[in-house]
Amino acid sequence: MIITKQKDFDELLGMMDGQDSVFIVGCGECATTCRTGGEKEVGEMSVKLTEKGKTVTGTVVINAPCLELDTRRVLRQNKDAVEKTEAILVLACGAGVQAVAEAVDCSVYPGLDSLFLGNVFRHQHFYEKCSTCGECVIGSYGGICPVTRCSKSLLNGPCGGSVKGMCEVDNKKECVWIAIYDRMKKSNTIDRLSKILPAKRHSAGTIPGRVINGA
Amino acid sequence: MGLRELFVQKDFVVTTEIPPPKGVNAASSLDIAKKILRRVDGINVTDNQRGIMRMCSLAFSHLLKEIGHNPIMQVCTRDRNRLALQSDILGAGALGIENICIMTGDHPKLGDHPDAKPVFDLDSIQLIKVIKELETGVCMSGKRLESSAKFFVGGVVNPFFEPFELELIKIKKKIDAGAEFFQTQPFFDKESLEKFLEEVRGLNTKFLIGISPIKSVKMINFLNEKVLTKKIPENISKRIETAENQTEEGIRIAAEFIREIKGMVRSIHIMPIGIESYLPYLLDEAGL
Repeated sequence: MIITKQKDFDELLGMMDGQDSVFIVGCGECATTCRTGGEKEVGEMSVKLTEKGKTVTGTVVINAPCLELDTRRVLRQNKDAVEKTEAILVLACGAGVQAVAEAVDCSVYPGLDSLFLGNVFRHQHFYEKCSTCGECVIGSYGGICPVTRCSKSLLNGPCGGSVKGMCEVDNKKECVWIAIYDRMKKSNTIDRLSKILPAKRHSAGTIPGRVINGA
Repeated sequence: MGLRELFVQKDFVVTTEIPPPKGVNAASSLDIAKKILRRVDGINVTDNQRGIMRMCSLAFSHLLKEIGHNPIMQVCTRDRNRLALQSDILGAGALGIENICIMTGDHPKLGDHPDAKPVFDLDSIQLIKVIKELETGVCMSGKRLESSAKFFVGGVVNPFFEPFELELIKIKKKIDAGAEFFQTQPFFDKESLEKFLEEVRGLNTKFLIGISPIKSVKMINFLNEKVLTKKIPENISKRIETAENQTEEGIRIAAEFIREIKGMVRSIHIMPIGIESYLPYLLDEAGL
């Protein structure tokens, strides 16, 4: 799922400066799980914006705003409130924000910062393990992705900055190369790490991505 | 004489490092270099070390070469993609800079531009391999170069990495890729060095054993917490703590250590981080 965090409230007010009415859209999937854009957070945002003198013309939590056709349908169902507003604040990831923007003519603002494609470990513990790089190399590393989980995306072993098993960038994060080493040791495949692995083909993950199956 | 030849001809090779200035005027850095002319076999020119922006290593390497030094151009993979890295290597070839030391480089978050985009397009092993391909007149895309040069390429080693088997795999890969020498992180005691030399015995390469004079108690704390897996020996910490002039005492300790290990190793790399002006004194004290 896409992990998000709420933007600073003053930053939101700054974006909407000069626009007095706002419609709020939430997300029933990822942002609900992250507690950044579900029913509860949309309700709280409505109260806070009203306190700051904004007119909230309406709110809706769309099941998955990234499903663009569904988003258009839901916004059509809320036509009256949407037509009255100068701005829409979307409490969803950047994909959801843009799905809303494609469907309306008024100003659309992100209420969240999108952080990463995350695994959910336990309640509110999110970890980035895949960065959708376009060409999966996990098979060479015992099932662990160094592209995402090494802060330098190194492909041939750890850097010299790892100290006592922790990453030089953040000593709360384990150096993923230790995990790769441990797993490949256990599976008796450590010899494979002795091979020089080639540079990443960044052309495989050129942005923006576009896939049209069957076309 | 190039560093490659010096390794063959000399019994004891000594290199050191001087960072390029944070500015366009290199006069004071070059003054330090002039004072150690013909006293060291090579000067490593750091590449935005610790992620702190300075003059490029290519330009400062060239300036050192002009005054008669043998520069070792450090190239890290943090800031440039494969196009920029290869073009800088070609630039070094054009300027007659033969020695190149490759490393990943500290993450930009640790430096003075923490918001910079970390590039890391290639890792150190891939870049060493690319340089060896450039030597044969072919660039990374497989296209032919109009001309090429020979380089003496090295890498770096963290002797304190645990598990060391993983570091050893990486050292061997660097050798396979074409690395001919290695600079190590600094050692502060003979036992750690003996252990390292035992672990890398049999590898067909040259290790420039890292020596770093300790300039203050603050530096000891930093090394103990952030760099070393084995703390600085108690007797050294004590000497620094009680010294009238901590920096000078650190220089003397480093010099004693060089004398102590001189019979064990064939090359050293002195890293006088921030106290480059003490280099002549250190060389005097070490009898070099």
